[in-house]
Amino acid sequence: METLNQIKDRIEAAVPSVRLAIEGRSLVVDREHLLEVARFLKNDAELAMDYVSNLCAVDWLPRKVKVKEGGQDVEKDLPGFLEVVYDFYSMAKKHGPLQLRCRTDGREGMLSLPSITPLFRGAEFQEREAFDLYGIRFKGHPDLRRILMWDGFKDFPMRKDYQQPDDHEWEPTPHDEVLQQAKKHWPAPSAAPVKPA
Amino acid sequence: MIQPFTTPESGYTLIPKEGAIETQTIEVSMGPHHPSTHGVFRMDVVLDGEEVKRLKPVFGYLHRNHEQLAEKMNWLGSIPFTDRLDYFCSMSNNWAYCHAVEQLAGIKVPERAEYIRVIMAELTRLINHSCLAGFLLSDAGAWGTPLLYAFREREKILDLFESVSGARMMCNYMRFGGVRADVSDDWLACARKVVENYPRFLDELEALITGNEILLARTQQVGILPRELAINASVTGPMLRASGVDYDIRKVDRYGIYDRFDFRVPLGEVGDVYDRYYVRILEMRESVKILQQALRDIPEGPFDAGVKMRNFKVPAGDGYGRIEAPKGELGFYLVSDGGTRPYRYHVRAPSFINLTILEDMCLGHKVADVIVILGSVDIVRGEVDR
Repeated sequence: METLNQIKDRIEAAVPSVRLAIEGRSLVVDREHLLEVARFLKNDAELAMDYVSNLCAVDWLPRKVKVKEGGQDVEKDLPGFLEVVYDFYSMAKKHGPLQLRCRTDGREGMLSLPSITPLFRGAEFQEREAFDLYGIRFKGHPDLRRILMWDGFKDFPMRKDYQQPDDHEWEPTPHDEVLQQAKKHWPAPSAAPVKPA
Repeated sequence: MIQPFTTPESGYTLIPKEGAIETQTIEVSMGPHHPSTHGVFRMDVVLDGEEVKRLKPVFGYLHRNHEQLAEKMNWLGSIPFTDRLDYFCSMSNNWAYCHAVEQLAGIKVPERAEYIRVIMAELTRLINHSCLAGFLLSDAGAWGTPLLYAFREREKILDLFESVSGARMMCNYMRFGGVRADVSDDWLACARKVVENYPRFLDELEALITGNEILLARTQQVGILPRELAINASVTGPMLRASGVDYDIRKVDRYGIYDRFDFRVPLGEVGDVYDRYYVRILEMRESVKILQQALRDIPEGPFDAGVKMRNFKVPAGDGYGRIEAPKGELGFYLVSDGGTRPYRYHVRAPSFINLTILEDMCLGHKVADVIVILGSVDIVRGEVDR
């Protein structure tokens, strides 16, 4: 297989105004051009990436990163975002992997990325899973519903800041950890007496 | 006041014979407690008469957020949890996870451990495929009998697993850089005996079912999966190869020491349920070949790389490691921030993704065929729901 730099150059030539960056062993693609880059990878005779093996989301909290600036280590704040990682392989040419990454803008609100399901059926359930557990809405997905959690579930349980509900396992007399956790969320009974309705 | 009961007026009108009868589709919920759904799996089926018009699989009854459990645990702690993914093939799951971690941490596995891993993984493949053949027959209506033939053989292999790992199904046997305990010469002798007798069992099984008229009628030309769709839908494992795609990760990636063994990759021609059944039978015969070579060549030496398990840390980075599990490509995507726990731990479960095209295979077939088609996909709920 070609090197990552060669692939990057060829994608940039084929998909106009695409923004690509190489990070480690993967290519970071901007949201607007993800679908076209995926189409290029699939249809290109040399690469023939006909098989998307793995698709999963990663939740990155805001963090500090050390960056070298003028020979000095400077700590920089990196905003949080959700990231979807795609591992492409080629069944025809038997090579791979080629890893793509695509990132959302921040972690709050309606986060959406383009869906690659119209090109690769294999992404259908995996995108549903990423939506279910991380709350990324895939635009263009034919059937974006929850897949593992039940339909009435409100939150996205794989997010790093997810809080389990206190009544997760109901106990008549909460004690130890359960009591500590309950105290965090609910005011003490003396502070806010509950009036019967 | 109670109305007196009166008989209806006579003059029933019979539905006229000529002309089309208006039919309605009905929506049926198959499962989650259907005996043939291999656990708690539900299919939302729309039927016209007996013909399937729409089918939507519904998951999540066994969901326990396996990935989050692993992210809250140290690297070593999730090995026993991987056993519970595909509880028929715990050894392969262990290997897939250890393989991904070893890739990420750059651990070299000693020779003997590689051989032990191959032996365990191929024994697991034998268990999985022979039980699948039994389950498929159960789904087709031959309750119990063929399955028990397979279970009799599985018992012998489970005994081997038990004597080396202490557990029959949840083996928890592999560790980063090797395996947990060495195998003795006696164990190897027992394993050789089991492997030596396995082709005889396969012959017996084939004599019972391969040419069976009922099996042929129920499986041939049923649930055809075209080659292009199989690739596009990321189908892997024996299902993919039954559709005629030559893609076996043991041959493509040559992970471990699979480049040393002489074996072939059986392929199907039609891609129907029968091909999926027969590819698995042929794969077992190839597994026996691999096992014979591995048991013959296994060298002396250390069985692990001496990695310190307590406080085990992985350098920061991310990686995707995959192996050819009996059900397909089992991969782990791991992100490490350099700490004692994985920052992100994702399981690429083969039978979960193989279910994507269940609807495509079932459309136009009868309800009874849905059961057989689902049986040929080879799902395990522990892995699908995670």
